[in-house]
Amino acid sequence: MGTEAAMGMRTVMGTDPRLTWNLAHDVSEVLEYHFMVNALLAGSLVAVMAGLLGWFMVLRRETFAGHTLSIMAFPGASGAALIGVPATWGYFVFCVMGGLAIGRFSGGRGRSWSEQSALIGAVQALALGLGFLFVSLYGGVLGDLNSLLFGTFIGISDGQVLTLLLIAVASVAVLLALSRPLLFASVDADVASARGVPVRGLGVVFLVLLALAVAATSQITGVLLVFALLLMPAASAQAITARPGLSLVLTVAIGLVVVWLGLGIAYFSVYPAGFFVTSISFAIYVGVQVWVWARSMALREIQVSEPPTEGVIA
Amino acid sequence: MFSQEFMRNALLAGTFIALACGVSGWFVVLRGQVFAGDALSHVAFPGALAAAAAGVDERVGLFGATIAVGAGIGLLGQRSFAGGRGGGAAAPADDTAIGAVFTFVLGLGVFFLTLFSTSSGGGSGIQTAHTLFGSIFGLGSGEARLAAVIGLGAVLLTLAIARPLLFASVSPDVAGARGVPTRFLGIAFIALLGVVAAEATQAVGALLLLGLLAAPAAAAHRIVGNPYVGIVLGGLLAVVAMWGGLALGYAVPGLPPSTAIVGIAVGIYYVSTIVA
Repeated sequence: MGTEAAMGMRTVMGTDPRLTWNLAHDVSEVLEYHFMVNALLAGSLVAVMAGLLGWFMVLRRETFAGHTLSIMAFPGASGAALIGVPATWGYFVFCVMGGLAIGRFSGGRGRSWSEQSALIGAVQALALGLGFLFVSLYGGVLGDLNSLLFGTFIGISDGQVLTLLLIAVASVAVLLALSRPLLFASVDADVASARGVPVRGLGVVFLVLLALAVAATSQITGVLLVFALLLMPAASAQAITARPGLSLVLTVAIGLVVVWLGLGIAYFSVYPAGFFVTSISFAIYVGVQVWVWARSMALREIQVSEPPTEGVIA
Repeated sequence: MFSQEFMRNALLAGTFIALACGVSGWFVVLRGQVFAGDALSHVAFPGALAAAAAGVDERVGLFGATIAVGAGIGLLGQRSFAGGRGGGAAAPADDTAIGAVFTFVLGLGVFFLTLFSTSSGGGSGIQTAHTLFGSIFGLGSGEARLAAVIGLGAVLLTLAIARPLLFASVSPDVAGARGVPTRFLGIAFIALLGVVAAEATQAVGALLLLGLLAAPAAAAHRIVGNPYVGIVLGGLLAVVAMWGGLALGYAVPGLPPSTAIVGIAVGIYYVSTIVA
């Protein structure tokens, strides 16, 4: 688990990190350590990538697909351990395969939402079953299970940051190139398809991009908590404004704030980063929902309290 | 195989859990609530951990968490439905809300895990694996009987509300106009699903519940259109997957029964998509 690693790290450092009243000093203390700089770099890259792809995921109502893709990291990592290759390879291979499987089978015509969600569920269950099989074949010592599920930010190497950078740049570039037709296809699939937009092909490509983002995110937050960066910032931003450009920018901004705050607090705490990242993100999400609700209530109040003037009606 | 006591316990508990999953799963698929069921299976894990951290029986946390979150999702879904964001029973329930809630609850789970492992020291990895993947071969005879009773109760409750629930699922507006309490039924059903999820968690694990809930029921939906035949078929297919998986898990060393059960369930669904 990340906590023990963090404790070990602190013993090496010889100091006990403690929050002081001097915020600038605290920030500079955090940035003194190479592993924290790497964690913040990787976290920022992931926040941008997950925010942009998550924004489209929320718009397309593919949250369940996104969750299923995150589960793919489990058979990926355990399969990689079984055949002795780096876990990251397994993550990415299985996530992309999962994206292709969902896209291949769920896009068919005449399939209702209910059947589609059943199919995604079946894909996810199978992936979990495979992962469990790999784990038990591997020998059953699940030393890394918790950090796989809930993430760790300790010990991210320079090479990993570079890999994340390459993947983030590539997938965001493809997303931006496709963003106009993808937006069209997501908002109104029927009209887009009538206008000659390859809706189904775009759907599959999007799922593969989403799979890459999920695999990258799960390296920071763990498999089970990817939605903290993938879903909640995008859902919050879309609730605040309906304008696509503005809410995309907001999504990325919220994601960055969540990662920086979460990692910063985790550095000074014994509890894992995943908990803080998720809680901060969820607090923002709930806050936005309450604000939207209160605003709609206030609007309704105004409409109710203003009696119609008879002169206008006549 | 039947001379082993753990095998008899596994068969007893497994049969009724599978029946409950298959029968309620038919409505889950009909209502497009597979994601909600999935979320329920995930929150079972933090629930169990919270109970373990507090020193209470694991099952209290399991059932408490799943039923509470189930009712919460039911309320949230109803609210968004009333707000007109859905558009018919076939539209997804508020999936962003479901995703956000269960991720937060899982985040709490990490917190409890740390709390638990630092206070009692070690063994947490095994605990995690146990709750996440279940250990049907490890059930005692008392636990197995309790699981069978709860499974049977869930099946009977589902059947008792089957007729109005079917009406409310297929055509909520008409059902509402005819005086069917659609809102109450929606919440009651998802709370019932919470009970099934908590129960199945002990047999196939929190993360593998989905295979029993979604795959046999989806196959039943493909094969027959008649609702009552479909419900029965969903239950039967789930039981077949359970028995087959248990037998395979017993016969093949190294193959976890959970994997075999889910593998057979998904296999049945895959065949049904080719045939029907």
